[in-house]
Amino acid sequence: MNLFTDAIAWLADPTNWADGGPIPQWIADHLWFTAIAMLLASAIAIPLGWYIGHTGRGRDAAVAVTGAARALPSFGLLFLFVMLGGVANRDLSAIVVLALLAIPPILAGAYAGFEAIDRRVIDAARSMGMTEKQIVARVEIPLGLPLLWGGLRNAVLQVVATVVLVGFVRNAGLGFPIVQGIQIRSYDQMLGAAILIIVLALLLDAIFALLERYATPAGVRAGRTRDHRTSSTRRRSAGGATPASTKKEMSV
Amino acid sequence: MIEFRSIEKVFPDGTRAVDDFSLVIPSRKTTVFVGSSGCGKTTLLRMINRMVDATGGELEIDGENVSSIEAVKLRRRIGYVMQNSGLLPHRTVVDNIATVPRLTGVSKKDAHARALELMDTVGLDRAMADRYPAQLSGGQQQRVGVARGLAVDPNILLMDEPFGAVDPIVRAELQQELLRLQRELGKTVVFVTHDIDEAFLLGDQVVILEKGARIAQKGAPEEILANPANDFVASFIGADRGKRALSIREVDGQRVVVDAEGTVAGRLSEPGAA
Repeated sequence: MNLFTDAIAWLADPTNWADGGPIPQWIADHLWFTAIAMLLASAIAIPLGWYIGHTGRGRDAAVAVTGAARALPSFGLLFLFVMLGGVANRDLSAIVVLALLAIPPILAGAYAGFEAIDRRVIDAARSMGMTEKQIVARVEIPLGLPLLWGGLRNAVLQVVATVVLVGFVRNAGLGFPIVQGIQIRSYDQMLGAAILIIVLALLLDAIFALLERYATPAGVRAGRTRDHRTSSTRRRSAGGATPASTKKEMSV
Repeated sequence: MIEFRSIEKVFPDGTRAVDDFSLVIPSRKTTVFVGSSGCGKTTLLRMINRMVDATGGELEIDGENVSSIEAVKLRRRIGYVMQNSGLLPHRTVVDNIATVPRLTGVSKKDAHARALELMDTVGLDRAMADRYPAQLSGGQQQRVGVARGLAVDPNILLMDEPFGAVDPIVRAELQQELLRLQRELGKTVVFVTHDIDEAFLLGDQVVILEKGARIAQKGAPEEILANPANDFVASFIGADRGKRALSIREVDGQRVVVDAEGTVAGRLSEPGAA
């Protein structure tokens, strides 16, 4: 039998999907770990990134830390934290490690979003009599959103892929059927789980791509700040065309 | 009335941008600061709304020292128009104009109604109210910038090279609009430019600045043109060349005016006869 048809058969097996069956539970756990890690990372990285972006303070440190953090070996870090935190706290350890991986792209998205804003727009906001808080809330946050969503999108992809490793320390997430599959030589289960992870990652990416596009203020889509200097009326219709490539601009 | 008294500005890096500057800017008139890049004219302008704080001397608005007024409050009662309009790209035209009134607690409905009136004032079609800045031409953006500067009906309007980035035809149009607005509204306008023609056209009082914001000459345009204080001023206003160096030639008993190149500029008539 072909390995792929075996994997499809495993995926299609109703007993795997039945009420309380393993697949829905694995998916639910996988998403739960992803969500909690993203929330934790966002709670830390977004305010910090906005602070750095607004004040310019600590920018060099942030660049260095985010660069270095991207090189962190996630697998080693996970085992280190589980060892240090104890087996009883392994969920918490896993979430901390996942959050650590998610922080650099979110932080970078948050501060780069602020930095990409035309300085003259902020200068104008200040000269009109906006307080610093109002500048952050009404100018910098909305205009920084496209790059922030880009950072969140990068982070969620990284996290959803890394949750697989949780399967090595605990029966949870779509990593577990792979780890288990290695031990019991169940290749259909391994490939089936891998396919599910890919589908999950693509779905999340698609959702974040939509968020990136539609949670962005209309005027920013109609004419991005970077186009401000050269923009002309001819280039955009009143409908507000959306930028063709957001992915490229994201990697600032 | 805005009064600069021995104003001095030394930047943290030691640059003396302004050195012992004193000037009275009369109310309801247009005063133009004109000078080359880096002469400190924008620094002077930004001192009026405390975007820059002086390091010495005193600056008073109607007898009130600006350093005693909270910067945010001060800025909200002074209109500010800048080059490239500085509009908020994520807000529509009407929201941009209504920004400051909304900050000071005016209801959205009232602020929008007022914004639409201001669009009429500055010559913008109301149909553009819901457009975003990026969907407007440079000249239209600049009109929105002027409307926004007028939104709280300020006594003082600061304009920092507002027409510097638009093409000459649109600039001429905007200059005429500003003259019309000034006739109607009578604000205390402080205008910064490096274009001497613009300064002579718009200014009731023109202040020509040298490096370090030293006043080379100040006065009405005709006074400066009639008696340039020194060689710097003469050369800056181009008194000896082009269309300013006019001479009279007699043709068939009529006196015509020609410029430095000998091109006919017009016919000389007796004062009052025109």
